[in-house]
Amino acid sequence: MARVLINIPKEVRKGEVIEIKVLISHPMESGQRRTDSGQVIPRKIINKFVCTWNGDEVLSVDLFPAIAANPFLSFFAVADASGTISMTWVDDDGATQTELASITVT
Amino acid sequence: MVLATSAAAAEPRSGYQDASPATRAMQDDDTSNPGFLWVQQGEAIWHEPSGSAAKSCADCHGDAASMRGVAARYPAYNARVGHPLTLEQRINLSRTADQGSEAFAPESDALLAITAFVGLQSRGMPMAVSPDGPARPYYKNGQRLFQTRMGQLNLSCQQCHDDFAGKRLAGALIPQGHPNGYPLYRLEWQGMGSLYRRIRNCITGVRGEPFAVDSPDLVDLELFLGVRATGLVVETPAVRP
Amino acid sequence: MVPRRQVLVAAAGAVLLSPASATETQVAALIKELVGDATLRQGRVKLDIPLLVENGNAVPITVSVDGPDRVRSLHVFAERNPLPNVANFYFGPRAGPAKVSTRMRLATSQTVVAVAKLADGSCWMDRIELIVTLAACVE
Repeated sequence: MARVLINIPKEVRKGEVIEIKVLISHPMESGQRRTDSGQVIPRKIINKFVCTWNGDEVLSVDLFPAIAANPFLSFFAVADASGTISMTWVDDDGATQTELASITVT
Repeated sequence: MVLATSAAAAEPRSGYQDASPATRAMQDDDTSNPGFLWVQQGEAIWHEPSGSAAKSCADCHGDAASMRGVAARYPAYNARVGHPLTLEQRINLSRTADQGSEAFAPESDALLAITAFVGLQSRGMPMAVSPDGPARPYYKNGQRLFQTRMGQLNLSCQQCHDDFAGKRLAGALIPQGHPNGYPLYRLEWQGMGSLYRRIRNCITGVRGEPFAVDSPDLVDLELFLGVRATGLVVETPAVRP
Repeated sequence: MVPRRQVLVAAAGAVLLSPASATETQVAALIKELVGDATLRQGRVKLDIPLLVENGNAVPITVSVDGPDRVRSLHVFAERNPLPNVANFYFGPRAGPAKVSTRMRLATSQTVVAVAKLADGSCWMDRIELIVTLAACVE
């Protein structure tokens, strides 16, 4: 499991706009680099990120090799109801990692 | 020829001030500073029991706040081993001698993580590395190394980082080269690294033979650099280009 | 039948006239495909990137669209990277204001382009020309 930094307020008022910041540890190997002997290091990146709030989509992102290592994302959501914010990262090799955050909307 | 005074000693300037606003913003925001991926891991290590004693750092040292001021003093002379140690070496000494566990490998994520976590506890505090007492001969050796020409390009640290600090090399601003943010996230590395790794870059840059990791000369040089940074505050985990 | 000499000259001409940076054309083509029949106008979307980049490995960028109109998606392209795409952002029903930030890689000094597709079908773009410097002492 890659290390993740997630920044979401724990408690918000209904209708409030909140900023969600996420940072995940991943080399984002671009597929452009070569070893000392000249062989291409194959591409291996996180190519997709999806955030949902109680199952409804907030944001979905296609990431390409141009995204820097240890990809950082910041985006905004509108608080609707208490529940769970789910964040999923998808690797080129098909592996996924999901982190959940509880949020209280008053 | 040895310069009597160095610009860095007179007016120390952190690499933070030479970095672009975007890089500084990355360092200033704990929620988006990539170094915190390692700090977070370091916090987990702090609480993880290890070794024959099956104790965690927390079991003996308590809360991480007990480490306040520690990183600011390192490298420091250690009476147990009879010579100065870097913070990484001091942590590994506790790992092996006190926890009865294995030392963290040099430049490993785990070692960078726990060093960054301990370093963070001194963030904002003045650098306090001492050149006095038993550290004196090692400090002098470090100073000598700083002033010694090295490599095919035959340059000493002093020539670039004292004499030409603030000027440019191949378009990049030459910083004074202080160690006050280590371990730090370097954009060039796309990862976290120690002062040893940065010095290795420098010496490779002048086409010289880098110090072996844990070599006594390297520790002495890091000690000298720490003293030279007196007047700056600890910025661990810093972000640098 | 075309005389051989003329064919060779034409072929050589074709090689000489090929674009200096293949991805500038690729970006134009990708944007054309994205926009379709809609008119692409400059404005509404803002691309925020430092103009002088001290290290191309991790450059913070922010893309935002002002105003109350719902934004369907944002797309970022780099004209002189090895590959033209940077990221696509698709906003769902729970999305707040269309303002996203990330960090991108810039292989060299170049132009970065952002395209916004609004829910009303309109398409907007912004372009920034950047200078990328490199570290002097690298591993």
